Amino acid sequence: MSKMVPVPHDSIVPERDVNKLPILEARHLGIEFGGLKAVDDFNLTIGRTEIAGLIGPNGAGKTTVFNLLTKVYQPTSGTILLDGKDTHALNTVQVNKAGIARTFQNIRLFGNLSVEDNVKIGLHNQIKYGMANGVLRLPKYWKKEKEMHEKAIELLSIFDMQDMAGNQAGSLPYGAQRRLEIVRALATNPKLLLLDEPAAGMNPSETAELMNNIRKIRDTFKIAVLLIEHDMNLVMGVCEGICVLNFGKIIAKGTPDEIQNNPDVIEAYLGKK
Amino acid sequence: MKKLNKLTKNSFLSYGVVIAFYIVMQILIGGGMVSNSLKGQLIPICAYVIMAVSLNLTVGILGDLSLGHAGFMSVGAFAGVIVSTTMRFNGIESDIVRMIVAVIVGALVAAVFGILIGIPVLRLKGDYLAIVTLAFGEIIKDILNCLYIGIDEGGLHFKGSAEKLVLGEGGKVIVNGPMGATGVNKISTFTAGIVLVLITLFVVYNLTNSRTGRAIMSIRDNRIAAESVGINITKYKLMAFVTSAALAGCAGVLFGLNYSTVVASKFNFNTSILVLVFVVLGGMGNMFGSVIAAAMLTVLPEMLREVGDYRMLAYALVLILVMIITNNDTLKTYGDLIKEKFRFGKSERKGAEAK
Amino acid sequence: MSFLSYLINGISLGSVYAIIALGYTMVYGIAKMLNFAHGDVIMVGAYISYCVTESLGLPPIVSVLAAMVVCTVLGMTIERFAYKPLRSATSLAVLITAIGVSYLLQNLALLIWGSTPRSFKSIVSNMNSVKLFDGRLTISAEAIVTIIACIVIMVALTLFTSKTKMGKAMRAVSEDKGAAQLMGINVNVTISVTFAIGSALAAIAGVLLCSAYPNLLPTTGSMPGIKAFTAAVLGGIGSIPGAMLGGIVLGIIEIFAKAYISTQLANAIVFAVLIIVLLVKPAGLLGKQIKEKV
Repeated sequence: MSKMVPVPHDSIVPERDVNKLPILEARHLGIEFGGLKAVDDFNLTIGRTEIAGLIGPNGAGKTTVFNLLTKVYQPTSGTILLDGKDTHALNTVQVNKAGIARTFQNIRLFGNLSVEDNVKIGLHNQIKYGMANGVLRLPKYWKKEKEMHEKAIELLSIFDMQDMAGNQAGSLPYGAQRRLEIVRALATNPKLLLLDEPAAGMNPSETAELMNNIRKIRDTFKIAVLLIEHDMNLVMGVCEGICVLNFGKIIAKGTPDEIQNNPDVIEAYLGKK
Repeated sequence: MKKLNKLTKNSFLSYGVVIAFYIVMQILIGGGMVSNSLKGQLIPICAYVIMAVSLNLTVGILGDLSLGHAGFMSVGAFAGVIVSTTMRFNGIESDIVRMIVAVIVGALVAAVFGILIGIPVLRLKGDYLAIVTLAFGEIIKDILNCLYIGIDEGGLHFKGSAEKLVLGEGGKVIVNGPMGATGVNKISTFTAGIVLVLITLFVVYNLTNSRTGRAIMSIRDNRIAAESVGINITKYKLMAFVTSAALAGCAGVLFGLNYSTVVASKFNFNTSILVLVFVVLGGMGNMFGSVIAAAMLTVLPEMLREVGDYRMLAYALVLILVMIITNNDTLKTYGDLIKEKFRFGKSERKGAEAK
Repeated sequence: MSFLSYLINGISLGSVYAIIALGYTMVYGIAKMLNFAHGDVIMVGAYISYCVTESLGLPPIVSVLAAMVVCTVLGMTIERFAYKPLRSATSLAVLITAIGVSYLLQNLALLIWGSTPRSFKSIVSNMNSVKLFDGRLTISAEAIVTIIACIVIMVALTLFTSKTKMGKAMRAVSEDKGAAQLMGINVNVTISVTFAIGSALAAIAGVLLCSAYPNLLPTTGSMPGIKAFTAAVLGGIGSIPGAMLGGIVLGIIEIFAKAYISTQLANAIVFAVLIIVLLVKPAGLLGKQIKEKV
């Protein structure tokens, strides 16, 4: 693991990423719902190959941050720079095409479709052919479908799920559903992967495997990962930089060691002594 | 060898049943064994099968409830009648050529209406979408009821009232307001109907089993997730809706050119509902089911003619009972238990054979 | 003057739509279902009233009460046997069942009363119409009674839902069925009562409608039913004031369209207004937009 070094706007990134353009820069990001500031003055820089963590008590606004980054909500203040480009004018679909993919806290798979189809839908903007080719079954259809199938199986094999390709996604066990969501997100060829509680509902051995897989994804695809998680073993084990949110505000940033010993963080989680 | 997926199986079943139905009917008709009333039903059956399959694309595959599907059918029917009459007026007598051109134009006109309606409407969801499609269906019907169309040397004339429609020497009135299109030259044939059914099935199955179809189904299963993986919701909703409208337009052409008189009020809200009933009874997203349900339920009221006045009553009761039996939780559990038992029996037998 | 008289006719027709729309909207709010058979309950109400006055020769008020009783029982029976088994089914399955019930009622009526139109005698035929401005403006007795009935019903319903225990239970069930059940509210009884009220209102609407438009047929309820449903959606389905507002707006538009634009296109114009309103306010005039949580 490389050393964390400070960068402007009060953040740290791994040393190996420091001279490269950060993949994500959020500056003074905020959103209000009817006067309530759900997220306020959120600043975060993520290095190109960093695994970052976003933690905080329930209701701290972590998922809201994801929704802001992916433009499910339009921020009421601040800017988001994705790979140096302002995403202000983009919508959810365009943000995905620009390089952010995500998973959901409450799993959102295409439940009636097969596992393979779920991944193929993720590949929608990667391998393309038009409606006429599809309806008339022109040669391009067969070529691109084959390509899609191979790519889908390749992606599924990261999580050793290639044998489940024909199963219905909605009938998979819980852990497999969470892994499939990650595979589907990866299929969109992101530069930044947002994982919302990827270990929720997993047993310790599954969580350990997930940790390895998150690293493997980062190393194979050379992408950055930002994850929300309540399982501290996973967060402390895999994240390089951690950002702690409470009541919509960042209360601490730092390496796992720093965060574990930060009195504000301890107070936010356990209350005042 | 990879086993056939469910969709491919379903599609072969549908093509097979449709072709078999055609062959059997041709043999029976050749042998003089088909009653006139059933013969008269063959083309409407084809039209309703196309309607059901195309509506299933909107309701079952896209997952949006539409209660105005008959509107597209009526647009297709009137476009078809106008095209066919115009061509005949201009000296093109061949039935086949006129039928083909009429179908293409009917589908295109219905598709244009699909785009015009789809763009504003598809932003709405659920019951709101349902009522708006219903409203559009009724609007189309009412406007067609006020339309007077005629043809003479100067070409086609579209007018809002009978008095305004003044035609030159040898001119012919095609559509006469609420009286509809009269004196239509009947050129639809059973063969044309079967070909259109096969084309519809081909389009819908191949569409479903392609990149576009997966994008459409992803919207049905989870709109938010679909957006998150970069699926343009409006684009794919519109694609499904417009394809569905165009196919309904084909059904309309087939239906319209099968009668000497076509009135817009035939394609009212009740027709839309009837087609929706076919789709739901046949199974959402199950095209084979739609084919069977549409064919059976089109013939059923005719067969129930024996019971006279009670036939529609019986129809209504059957509909309610089928819905309750197939959708009630308790009854479904019993049904599943029985199925499970059969399956268990089978696997046991298999196990025994293996030994 | 003709403008005023159209306006009053519009409000009167709108009041009928509003009373029907209340039934749609209450049932939708509580059972989350579109009760397509509601329009046919109107027709049954009108036929019962017709039979009581014509065949039994009883006074109009008795006929209205009889229609209300029969429709209440009918509504509760329909709910018990057709909709209750489908409490947990998809909304589409319930919708199709409701369509089945609608067919059933229409065809039963066809068997019982036949397809010849009956001429409905106005329940206020012994009352005179009111003449204003030296007789230049005539307001029919039907219009007056309809508008008064609508106001009384609106006030009564508002008081019922806000003051009584059952009314509060209804609001609770429409807000969150599960939570209401946990609070000890009998959801089945509440839904049953909702259907009863909605159907009784439908009976009143049927009588009022046929007093103004006396042609009674087994399909009489169908189009007013659809329009009232449109009114409920226009006002924001699930909202009681919304149904009221939607109904009256719709009635006025319909009468004005008939008077000033085209009789044939009146329905098309009504539906066009609905579409435009929904495009601007996707949840209707008074409905609240619910955003899906991500």
